[in-house]
Order: sequence, then C-alpha cells, then structure tokens
Amino acid sequence: MSPPVAPPGWSRWLVPPAALSVHLSIGQAYAWSVFKPPLESALNLDGTESALPFQFAIVMLGLSAAFGGTLVERKGPRWAMTVALVCFSSGLLLSALGAETKQFWLIVLGYGVVGGVGLGIGYISPVSTLIKWFPDRPGMATGIAIMGFGGGALIASPWTAQMLSSFGTDNSGIALAFLVLGLSYAVFMSLGVLLVRVPRTEKPVQDAPSAFEGVQVSAASAVRTPQFWCLWLVLCMNVTAGIGILEKAAPMITDFFADTSAAVSASAAAGFVALLSAANMAGRIGWSSTSDLIGRKNIYRVYLGVGAVMYALIALFGDSSKPLFVLCALVILSFYGGGFATVPAYLKDLFGAYQVGAIHGRLLTAWSTAGVLGPLIVNWIADHQKDAGKTGSSLYTVSFVIMIGLLVVGFVANELVRPVDPRHHVPAPRKAADVGARQQPESA
Amino acid sequence: MSEHDSSQSPPDRRPLIAFAWLWVGAPLVYGVYELVEKATKLFTG
Repeated sequence: MSPPVAPPGWSRWLVPPAALSVHLSIGQAYAWSVFKPPLESALNLDGTESALPFQFAIVMLGLSAAFGGTLVERKGPRWAMTVALVCFSSGLLLSALGAETKQFWLIVLGYGVVGGVGLGIGYISPVSTLIKWFPDRPGMATGIAIMGFGGGALIASPWTAQMLSSFGTDNSGIALAFLVLGLSYAVFMSLGVLLVRVPRTEKPVQDAPSAFEGVQVSAASAVRTPQFWCLWLVLCMNVTAGIGILEKAAPMITDFFADTSAAVSASAAAGFVALLSAANMAGRIGWSSTSDLIGRKNIYRVYLGVGAVMYALIALFGDSSKPLFVLCALVILSFYGGGFATVPAYLKDLFGAYQVGAIHGRLLTAWSTAGVLGPLIVNWIADHQKDAGKTGSSLYTVSFVIMIGLLVVGFVANELVRPVDPRHHVPAPRKAADVGARQQPESA
Repeated sequence: MSEHDSSQSPPDRRPLIAFAWLWVGAPLVYGVYELVEKATKLFTG
C-alpha cells in the first residue's frame, strides 16, 4: 500500500479530523479504570490483576511506536491507520470473547497486546503527515491530534459507564460493552483511513516554507545525537512531574484540606480530577499552538521553569488556599499535556520532517519510563510519610521537592539542545529520492 | 484535452470538511459536557 496522495484541490483541513478520529478512539485506553471494578467482581480478580490489560497496552504502545515508526514512515498514514483500526478494534472484540467465556488471559492478550499495538501505531500514524500539511503551524496541527488522545477518555469514560449500567456488570454485560466499543471504534476510525492524504508536493502552502526545507536527519541517525537524548530527558521529566499530580489527585486534594475548615468531599475530589483532565486537554492544543509563535525551546522553558514554580507554590502555600492549590495543579497539568503535544514540532525543528514520525515513536519510550517513574515516586514517598506518622499536606512535601528537582533537570536538558551536527544530516539527493518514492500515487 | 482539464475546477470540499469535523466534534462535545458536569462538583459538592 503506497501512501495516498491528495488529488488537486484537496483541503489540508480534512487531515486534522482524520487524525482526530484515530486519536479520539485510541484515547479510550485512559478510561480502562471504568472496567476494573466490574471485571474484578465478575472474574474474581484482584486490583493488580485487573490492571494488567492496561499495563500491557501501555508497554505495547511504547514498543510498537518505537519499533514500528520506520515502517509507518515507509508505508504511509493510511496503512498505519488501517493497522491501528484492525488491532485496536480486534483487541476489543477479543476482550468481549474473553469476558463472555470468563477467560481473563484473552482480555490481556486482546486489549493489552493486540490493542496495545493499535495504540502505538495509531498514536504516531498522523504526526508526520500533519507536519507536512501544516509547515507553517506544526505545533497547532499536532496539538489538535494529540489533544484527541486526551479527549478519548472523556468520551469513553461516561459512555462505558452508561453501557455497563444498561447491560449489567456481570461477565455478559462487560462482554457486550467490549463488543459495542470494538464495532463502534472500527466505524469511527474508518473516517481517518478514508480521509488521510499526503500532500502532492513538498510545498502544500504557497506562503510557507516546505517541511522538507532545512536540516533533515534519519531516525537511525537521530537516536545517535545528544539532541535526541536531551529531548528524551525533557519529555520524561515533564511527564513525570505531571503524573506526580495526576496519579494521586483525588486523595491529594482531600489530604491537603483534611484538617482545615475547607474540607473536600469525595464528589468534590472527583470534580477536581475532571478539571485536571480538562486542563490536560486544553494544554495540548493551547500551549502547542503558542509554541508556533514563541518557539519550541521557549515553550519548554515555560513548561519546566514555571512548572517548578507552581510545585514550589503548592508545597509552600498550597494548604492555606484551595483556589491557589487548584490553580497551580491546573497549570501543571496543562504543561503536562502541552509537553506531549509540542514534542513532534520540536523534533521537526531539530531533525526535519524526513522521518519525524519514526523519531517521535522512539522518543515515546520516555513516556513509558515516566509512566513507571512518576507513580512510583509519589506512591512510595506518600506511603513512607504515612508510616512515619505524617498527615495532611506534609505527606506530599518530599514528593514535590523531588518533582521540582526533576523539572530543573529537564530545564537544563532543554538549555543544552543545540542544532544537530551536519555530519548527521541526510544528503540532499537521497532525501529527494526517498520523498519522491513515498509520494507516488497508489496506482503507480 | 489539456484545455478542458485546465478549465475544470477541483470539487468543492466544504461539505466534506463540515461532515468530517462534525463526525469528530459531536462525540467530543458529549465528552466535554459530561466533564463540565462532573467538574462543577468541585465547587458545589
């Protein structure tokens, strides 16, 4: 399958909805927790076991994005979106079979392994195509798509909860919910497969420079540059800091104000978690678009520098003012989302559009690392502080100091980012040949 | 032949653009509505 070339007059504004149809679907992964309690009671599982499908899915996301990135660049976005559709939907259908027959291993295999491959390939599938269509606004374009991954959970959580309440929470009800999700997402994602096109020329926008102008570096060379590893550290530190709040948001706000006159109820804490999701999503599109105006290095200075200040404010004054605590947490979460959404454009600035999707895939291993590191730090420290007899906001003070330290490390790594050494650049004739080969029409 | 081709204008894509954005926008609006409903509980709950 050759990459689908846009016919004359094709609008670039058809590409973001194509990307969104995939990202809004695979973002369902963040709504896995809705399935946990019913699965635990229907299949007699404990909390660790019921988390397995999600954990496998995230590991497979990182692995398939890292190892499948070059193939996605070669085969094009339609191939990648088709693979994502088939894997993600069949993963859900396998899970339906697993729930119906009470075979939990089938749910782990389906949702975690097969579905996880769909997540990884789907996540990187539109990135390089969007950058090629929007060379004038790469931050905004990738921000729209990656916002969809955050938005996917907003749709899937209430929808799944409503389905489970209608179908029942026994194994057949769960199976039916998986079945409806699998079939619905297959239809929904097909829009992306049908609409996605690569530009006919290297210069789809008359007044903007081509995405292929300037430095171009292959994925194999990029991972050998210090710039890649500086960015890896930047992303890892920024995500770890965000997860530091996200992981324990509800108990954190409850603990912070437990001994005050402004105690927080369980439903108010759930409202706080929802508000954090909104900030995460808004940050993806808002900050990423801002990076087109002020530059990628500057926006990461804001994420990491101002993020550290926000953590310091929470640590010092958070328990004296609920609005201050909420405001600082929202800003940190908006930077968390912004960090994810801006990184493809940062990669494009450093390594060019030549294999930016594959490089992005390799960089996502920083996300997998942060996904383990962030919760580990916050949970381990909070448990030890509790054992030491501490209560309230002091349970989290050490975690916050560590988060500030990590953000400072990320800030320094961002400052160390310099233009890539010319010895890593792709020679012009090879680059032109590769781009030309990728943009042959399907009939060729 | 070439004169005929050059006089042909590309089809109007605006209906397709509207449909595509509606396709992805409608479920997103549903998700945001549910989120706002839950988030207001921080101030009322």
